Amino acid sequence: MSEPVTTTSATEEIKPPVSNVGVLGWIKENLFDGWFNTTLTLLTLFVLYKVLPPFVQWAFIDAIWSLTEGARPGGDGAVWAVIPENVRFILFGFFPEGQTWRPIAAILILFALVFYSKDLTNWNRFFGPIWTVGILVMGVLMYGGIFGLPVVETSKWSGFPLTLTLSLFGMVGAYPLGVLLALGRRSRMPAIKSLCVVYIELIRGVPLISLLFMSSVMFPLFLPEGMTIDKILRAQIAIILFTAAYIAEVVRGGLQAIPKGQYEAAESLGLPYGLTMRLIILPQALKIVIPPTVGILISAFKDTSLVVIIALYDLLKTTQVTLSNPKWMGFSTEAYIFLAILYFICCYVMSSFSRKLEKALHTGR
Amino acid sequence: MTETNENPIIEITAMHKWYGDFHVLNDINLQVQQGERIVICGPSGSGKSTLIRCINRLEEHQRGSIVVDGIELTNDIKNIEQVRAEVGMVFQHFNLFPHLTILDNLTLGPIWVRKTPKKEAEDIAMMFLEKVQIADQAMKYPGQLSGGQQQRVAIARSLCMKPNVMLFDEPTSALDPEMVKEVLDVMIQLAEDGITMLVVTHEMGFAKSVAHRVMFMDAGKVVEENNPHDFFDNPQHERTQLFLSQIL
Ligand SMILES: Nc1ncnc2c1ncn2[C@@H]1O[C@H](COP(=O)(O)OP(=O)(O)OP(=O)(O)O)[C@@H](O)[C@H]1O
Ligand SMILES: [Mg+2]
Repeated sequence: MSEPVTTTSATEEIKPPVSNVGVLGWIKENLFDGWFNTTLTLLTLFVLYKVLPPFVQWAFIDAIWSLTEGARPGGDGAVWAVIPENVRFILFGFFPEGQTWRPIAAILILFALVFYSKDLTNWNRFFGPIWTVGILVMGVLMYGGIFGLPVVETSKWSGFPLTLTLSLFGMVGAYPLGVLLALGRRSRMPAIKSLCVVYIELIRGVPLISLLFMSSVMFPLFLPEGMTIDKILRAQIAIILFTAAYIAEVVRGGLQAIPKGQYEAAESLGLPYGLTMRLIILPQALKIVIPPTVGILISAFKDTSLVVIIALYDLLKTTQVTLSNPKWMGFSTEAYIFLAILYFICCYVMSSFSRKLEKALHTGR
Repeated sequence: MTETNENPIIEITAMHKWYGDFHVLNDINLQVQQGERIVICGPSGSGKSTLIRCINRLEEHQRGSIVVDGIELTNDIKNIEQVRAEVGMVFQHFNLFPHLTILDNLTLGPIWVRKTPKKEAEDIAMMFLEKVQIADQAMKYPGQLSGGQQQRVAIARSLCMKPNVMLFDEPTSALDPEMVKEVLDVMIQLAEDGITMLVVTHEMGFAKSVAHRVMFMDAGKVVEENNPHDFFDNPQHERTQLFLSQIL
């Protein structure tokens, strides 16, 4: 392992052992360090050798990027043409043609808001208002009805905007609800406590699919005659209720990690319960649980694709519809790779954001 | 200090506390006058921490009464919060808020409890940081300070509330020996300012030079209580003598 230590005079600078530096040193240290790692490295190289060249051949060399008029493409390569030919429907579904610029603008606004939020120095008193205005503008763009924009019923919202809507409001709604549930579960008042416990355990005990079913099939039965609640809204509520239960448990874990001394110090200053929680306990607890919380938000984002079962046309469903067109049947690999990349980008943004947040909130210790 | 008949700032009468069946505090009677400094000592588990934690209701007593500055401690949360704002507490493990800067640690209480304007609270905070000699660290976070510095910040944090009484629960026993002095020096300075102090400590040098009274507790009872001179030179009870022989 390490070189034998030789005594050096105090003035002489100690150089790092040669094998530690340079590319070769790095390779030896990291890839061929002992028989186990050597075997793993060789195995990995072998698998890559088997998989990578055929994939490159398929995805790039033999690939067909655009389609000649009318022909049904053939050949050995990937037919990427399925994407540009159908991208409008995959991304925006039944949103009226000619109005496509509206969801595009809405998505761009959302991206701009996310980008703006990445810089924590922007989290000041303008932060809330800016998001509120942004969300309102997005809503107007999507729904229309004013400024001469034709109304687009929510039943026509589909594809990427629907996925983003369900996720965004799912997170925004579920997070505070989850925090409240976590606080409730630790409450000293038995009624509140047991209510929260029952809620959390009940929700965590059923799959999201059944919640979505209940919200779309059973829930309307309980409504008075003639009253309907928007289908997307019902799915949205199911997603919020579901995600909140998981967030609650993660946040509870964070609350338990805060030492008793923090409560005592806050109380001995005379802070009432609400302020103790808001100023002392929650900021620390929520910070600890950033990684698992983001994990939940990411999986909530992906779980929105389950709304297909109640006949909402999210990104996954519009892709499936495209692929059920005889012309495009058989190109599911290409389409799903495109979908995967889209999902990956969104999830990656979330997780890199969480790492950034953690770093920014780190205060030593 | 001789017992006077003016209103005591703390008055504990026939107070008892149990943890389950365990009788932690047994018939405690204590009057503390404004400006008085009391050191509480005793073996581990004798109930010292519990006693001073009852004074700001971090622990609840079950019998007898505790009156602080004319306010009786009952289940009334408003009373409790009022007493807590009047009574400063310094803990063994500092308990600074790690997510806030030193300055924010100090201004939190004044701003949210006393409703002091931010600017004014910061001025007061800086004044007390000067006093405990860490004004230059105001923008750092607690995790970046040494134990002794953190404890001085904790003292300053309590002082910012302008308390009538300061409680200390073994403020130096979590510190490395070379940092004990810097904290004791701050406490001696407070004593010179005439602040009412109740100190649980095993620093007998501090007790001798600063305390008006020394209380010795054992098994939930106040066994002996005297001025430091007589307490150390002429302890009355066998239990006290044994304790002092072990600690000195
Ligand atoms: N929350 C609790 N539940 C049950 N028993 C407790 C609790 N807190 C303290 N005790 C018990 O009460 C007794 C007194 O505790 P206390 O902390 O007041 O002792 P102390 O005199 O401060 O001791 P030390 O010098 O070790 O700090 C101890 O025997 C302890 O085990
Ligand atoms: Mg103690």
